[in-house]
Order: sequence, then structure tokens, then C-alpha cells
Amino acid sequence: MNEILLQIKDISKRFGGVKALDEVRLVIKKGEIHCLVGENGCGKSTLIKIISGFYKPDGGEIIFDGKSYSHLEINQAIQLGIQVIYQDMSVFPNLTVAENIAMNYELYNKKKLVNWKEVRKTAKSALGHIGIDLPLDEQVGKLSVADKQLIAIARSILYNSKLIIMDEPTSALTRKEVDKLFKVIHQLKDEGVSILFVSHKLDEVFEIADQFTVFRNGKSIVQADAKEITDDQFVYFMTGRKLEQKPFLAETRDDTKSLLKVEGLCLKNGFENISFEIHAGEILGITGLLGSGRTELAKTLFGMYKADAGKIYIDGKEVKVNSPMEALKLKIAYVPEDRLTEGLFLTQTIEKNMVIANIDKLRKKSRVVDYKRGYSDSKEWVRSLGIKLHELKDGITTLSGGNQQKVVLGKWLETAPKVLILNGPTVGVDIGAKYDIHDYLRGLAEKNDMAILMISDDINEVLMNCNRILIIKSGHITGEYKNTELSSEKLQALISGGEHEEAC
Amino acid sequence: MDIKKILKRNEFYVSIIIVALALLIQIKSGQFFTSNNIMDLVRSLIVPGMMAAGLFMVIASGNIDVSFPYTAMLCMFGITKLFQVIDYQGPVVLGFLLAAVIGAFLGLINGVLAAWLKLPTLIITLGTCAIYLGFTQGVLKSSVISVLPDPLADMAAHTLFTVRSATTGLGSSMPISIVMLIGTLLVVGFIMKYTMLGRGIYAVGGDPVAAERVGFNVSAIRIFVFTFMGLIGGVTGLTQVTLSGMCQINFFDGYEMTIIAAVVLGGASIAGGSGTVFGTFLGVLLMKLISNNLILLGIPTNWSKLMTGVLIIAGVSASAYKAVLSEKRVSGNILKTGEKEAKQ
Repeated sequence: MNEILLQIKDISKRFGGVKALDEVRLVIKKGEIHCLVGENGCGKSTLIKIISGFYKPDGGEIIFDGKSYSHLEINQAIQLGIQVIYQDMSVFPNLTVAENIAMNYELYNKKKLVNWKEVRKTAKSALGHIGIDLPLDEQVGKLSVADKQLIAIARSILYNSKLIIMDEPTSALTRKEVDKLFKVIHQLKDEGVSILFVSHKLDEVFEIADQFTVFRNGKSIVQADAKEITDDQFVYFMTGRKLEQKPFLAETRDDTKSLLKVEGLCLKNGFENISFEIHAGEILGITGLLGSGRTELAKTLFGMYKADAGKIYIDGKEVKVNSPMEALKLKIAYVPEDRLTEGLFLTQTIEKNMVIANIDKLRKKSRVVDYKRGYSDSKEWVRSLGIKLHELKDGITTLSGGNQQKVVLGKWLETAPKVLILNGPTVGVDIGAKYDIHDYLRGLAEKNDMAILMISDDINEVLMNCNRILIIKSGHITGEYKNTELSSEKLQALISGGEHEEAC
Repeated sequence: MDIKKILKRNEFYVSIIIVALALLIQIKSGQFFTSNNIMDLVRSLIVPGMMAAGLFMVIASGNIDVSFPYTAMLCMFGITKLFQVIDYQGPVVLGFLLAAVIGAFLGLINGVLAAWLKLPTLIITLGTCAIYLGFTQGVLKSSVISVLPDPLADMAAHTLFTVRSATTGLGSSMPISIVMLIGTLLVVGFIMKYTMLGRGIYAVGGDPVAAERVGFNVSAIRIFVFTFMGLIGGVTGLTQVTLSGMCQINFFDGYEMTIIAAVVLGGASIAGGSGTVFGTFLGVLLMKLISNNLILLGIPTNWSKLMTGVLIIAGVSASAYKAVLSEKRVSGNILKTGEKEAKQ
């Protein structure tokens, strides 16, 4: 199996004045799992769209199965056996599972009429092929993200599929679901299908890849065997800088000073009897699986749910948090799980997103908003958080995920919070920006006047940045550990341990 | 299992309302299930029914068309005038074919603009509807034609059968064009359920980007639904002439809104991607049932608009409320798995 399936030769693509791809190269062999990695905006998505025929390259050559093409059309790519699973999965929420799965097959065979019996048969056999069972007549919009992902995979496996491109397929999956996905990928590999796996999660790349290619700023930096490289080299290839992180030890910690204390907090159907305390100089981590109650806890602390019982103390004083407005007044800040739907106003500018949480303080005597001060405050955050942008007046969507997250963080820090709750602070954030955010949070903790609660299921993030870690499972805290006494394997086991096969 | 499925269908609820309303009218007035009344109701369904079937396709594809009543109007006057001018005496079918071609061309304009400019189709068709109306009024100088050319007058006089009420002596006849309504409903039903084109319409309505990625020709699908709508618009324009025995500029006033309402009432989401032609037909039936028969309930016709409005809001709220409930259910499920694990 050493035959070359796809060869990308010196492909370039410009958008206006910006060079998105600059003579990139990529070689995928038959039956190989090839990982394409790089930070956001490095050109990964552009290349996928060129391979799938969505964009026309400005120069270069695509060689597929021995034939050379200057560009591909969408339908041509499909006919050649190239299937793409996009990050948003591109399933049809209004159609049934069976129809979604059979759609590619029918289109590939240029069917004009629909034979519903055949649709069900095709769907059934595709699901059987990857060993998944889903209700065929259910509307896809009602299923979970993981199920949608599986549907996208099932439909991409036509009998002629030669190359399946997966664009960040794991970003919304739990670890267990990722394992399931990897099993399917290995099975496809055994059948001779090549997989191009696009990701920026290092641990996954090492776990699954045979070969990998790194892109940076639209250039291909290196292509190599996954076994021949270390973590640190990898990060260097991706970011172009050496990043080192030591575990956070909370050296300035002051156990006599309690910043946030929670006692016996309960939320009906959410969690029970949650108690913890955050001292000055600490970053407390809470980690657990999706649906363990971790997000419900965060939302309760921010007043989005009303707790049924329990007490919350800030700086030793008992407080009641009944709404986000009250939380804001009590100087509680919440960096939410999904910045796109919960953290940002996507149609607005960077500056307006930056000042919104603090807008009350920006009011002048005439009750008019002092935009000048807002502008200078925003500028200050751009500098101190290292947000890379062109202009503050640009739309927030012009920023990469990491920079957007920094805006969300800056927005809340501007309110000078006493309690900072972070829910998945670096989901979908580049390694470089991730390190920046972690460093900044450590700096904040060392000032000893802000309670920082980091809720995350990113094992390494929690291990490196939280001096104490609580494990939450089914709405209960099941353990408390120092980060120095855990390894990532052990923490992983603690989170998912004792968990039986439950319905997925 | 099957009963559960039926209970979930929007068509089921619309049917219940229709039956209940019909029974109510019958009990109150004793005149609903008379052959005259039923015949008049069926007659009044022909043009709106065909239009709704076409518009259902447009709406299912995630678009909207408000220009079709004006396409109908243009074809109605254009062809009637043409017949008058050349003193046409041939088969009427040719007139319908011409109406279909002109209508399809006007629809094609909408479709091409929609596919090419990628503007919201509400804006595009608002623009073209003014153009079509202006053309009818300005270029064709139309307002009323009271004496029809022979082929159209013949068709208007020709009926499938006539019923005569024994008590009043009033006659109601079944026009030939009922065949066209049935044909249109069957064709649209077949396209939407059994062709890849129809599934493509649903797919585009569900997620246009995904549809393009999977290999559908999204532009072609857009152009098709608008062209088909135009074709139906043209045909219904001429049909209306044979039903009324005359042309009048205000025949289709407000039709765009009533037909949209009927389609949505029949279970199609205005955002696209859902609905059936059967549901759409039920939606039209319900609307016509109200506007034709409220007078039998002792409600003055002036009130029928009010009733229709209330009905639309009630109908749409019901499905929206269902959606709100189902959202709540999802979050409830997540918490339940938590409980289940806790028990283990």
C-alpha cells in the first residue's frame, strides 16, 4: 500500500490581497491516515475546499489517482471518490436519518427518482458498515451532535470512496465518542480508504495519524511520519515559536483569604450538594464529562439557573445570585462554553463586543455612552491580551477563534470581576493563543484578588493550570486532587471511571 | 407506532379542524352538506389550490414568491386581449399553453435573479410583481374585459356536470378546470416525494450550503421552483377567466398573502424544508371553508378576514408552541441521563 492517491503540487490561492495558500504541497498514500494540522487561518480549510472543488486554485496541480487536474469541480470530486465531512457536518436537519445517509449515494449514481425502499436499505447497510445503530425515520435535527457526525460519516462511505476528508471532526465530541470515531477511521483505513484528518488537537493527531503535514500562514512547513516527532517539535512547527508550560502551583496562595465559597448548592435535576472554596492565588479546576452537571453549575453561579438550596459567599459575605444582572452587580464574570452563541454579538464590531459588559460604567452624566473611553479601554485590552487585529472597528467575525476568545475574556475583565468563571476557556482555540490565555490567567491568579474557576474537559489544560481539581460526575463532586498528584491518564480514568455503557 | 406518527402530522390537526368546522356549519345552518354548497366550495378551490401547490414548492425550497398573482393577471389579460385582437377561433388549449409559456418565462426571470443575485427572494419578487402589474396596466392598458373571445367563452360554458337544488332551483356546475387542479396536485406531490429534484428542494430549504456540498445544483433548483410557480401562475390566470366569465384587474388582489398563509397553515415552515402538498391543499380548503361559509354561521362576510387572521395566528402558534415544548424536552432528557447514572 505505497501507492500515492493524492498529490497536491504547489497549489496557491489568493483572496483579494491575501495569500491564503502559498505553493503548498501534500502527499497522501492509499489507505493512509494523514493529519493536516495548523492553527486557525493557516489555510487548512482553503485547501479542503480546493480538493473538494469549492474553490479554484490560482496555480499548481492536483494529481488524483495518477491523473493531473488544474482544478476540480464539486461533482467531479465526488465522482472521483472524494468525500468531505465538514466541521458543521452539513447534514439536513429537516430530513430523516435514512434520507440524509442515502443522499450522497443517490446523487453519486445520478438518480432521478427516489425509491424509498432502497433509501432505507442503503442507509441501513451504511450504518451497519460502521457498526452504528440509529433510528432511520427520526429527523436529524432532533439528534445529538455526535449522532450527526456519525450520519455524516455513514453517508460519506460510498462503495467507491477513496479519500474521506474530515474537518475537525472531534471538536464537539466527548472522549468516548472520539474513541468510537477512531475505531471507524481505523476500519476505513483497513479497507484501503485514505483519510485526511484535519485537526489542531495534538493528542488526537499523535493517536491516529500515520503521516502528518503542518501548515503555517498558508505554507506547508513539514510533512513527516507521525512516529518521528515529539510534542515540542510539533508545537514549534505549528506556531513558529517555542512554547513551554510548567504546571501551575499557586505559589502566592493565601489559604486564609477565601474569595469564593459555595456550600451545599443544589439544582433540581442538575446537581446536588456542591461545596468548594477558592482561596486567593488559586485557580480551581472542575472537570467532568458532557452532561455531568458542570455547565449547569457554572450557569447557576452566574444566575442563569436558580439554585434550590445552598449558599454562596463572595469575600466571606453571603450573596444571592438570581439573575445574570445580579451576578454582574456582584462582580461575577462568566466566559461561556460556546462563544459564538453565548459570548459574542457576531454582527457587531470588536470594540462594541469589548465594551458591552461594562456599558453601565461608561455612562456619562448626560446618560450618553462615553465611546471615547470605551475605545481607549478596549485598546488597552487588545495590548495586554495580545489580540491580533487589524482595527477595533472591524467585525468580530474577522478574528480567529483564539482572538475572539480573548475578546470575550477582555470584555469580562473590563468589569473588574471578583469571581471569574471560565467554561471551556480554550475550546477551538489555537495552541499559541491557548498558551497566551493560560499565562494571562495565571498572572491574574497571582494578584490574589480574583477567584478563578476553570471548568473544562480538556485534561491537559486542567492539569497544567489548576492547582486543585474537582471531579464532577452525574451532578456530584466525586473527588478533589492536587494537580501535582495526577497524570493525564489518571485524571481521564477518574472522569470517566465507573461509567457503564449508557445510551449515547 | 403508526397512530403515533399520524398524531404527529400537522395534516391530522388541520383535517380535524376542517371536519369540526364543517359539522358546526351543518348543525347551525343545515346547509353545508348540500350539493350546491359543496360544489361552490370545490369551484372556489381550483385557482387558489393550484397556486398554493406551486408556492408550496417555492416555500419548501426556502424561498418566497409574491409575484405570482401578477403573473396570473398579466397572462389573463395578455392572452384574452390577444384572442380578441386576432379573433382566434382555434382550440382553447393553445391559449393555456401560451399562458404556461409566458408565465414560466416570468417565473424564470424571478428564478434567475434569485440564483444570480442571491438576494432575498421577497425583495426580488416584490420588484418583479410591480413590474408585471405595471406592464398589465400600462402596456396592456387593462382594467376590465366583460365579453370573452369565443374559445374562452366556450370553455366557461362547458362543464363536467351540473347539480340543481330541488328546493331553490339554483344550479351549480363543476368546471372542467377541476381536472387541472387535480393534475397539478398529483404532479407536485410526485415531484416532491419521488424525485431527486423534489428531495433537492427539501434539502436546499433545510440547508443550502449543505445541499451544494453534497452535490445538488442549488441554482438550478431555485430557478426550477420559480419557473414552475410562474407556469402555474400563467395557467391559473386563464383558468380564472373561464371560471368568472370575465377579466378584472382586481381578481387576484391580496392573493399573495392568502396563499402564503394557506401554505403555512398547511404545515410548511416559512423558513423552508418542510411540508407536504396534501397539507397545503388542506390549508387552502380550510381558508376557503371559512371565507365561503361563515355567512352560514350567521357571521357577516365583513368578518371573514378577521376570522382568517385569527385562524392563521392560531395555526402558526400551535406549531411554534410545539417547537418550544420540544426544546424543553431535550434539556430534560440530558438531566435524566444524569439521574440514571447517579442511580447506578
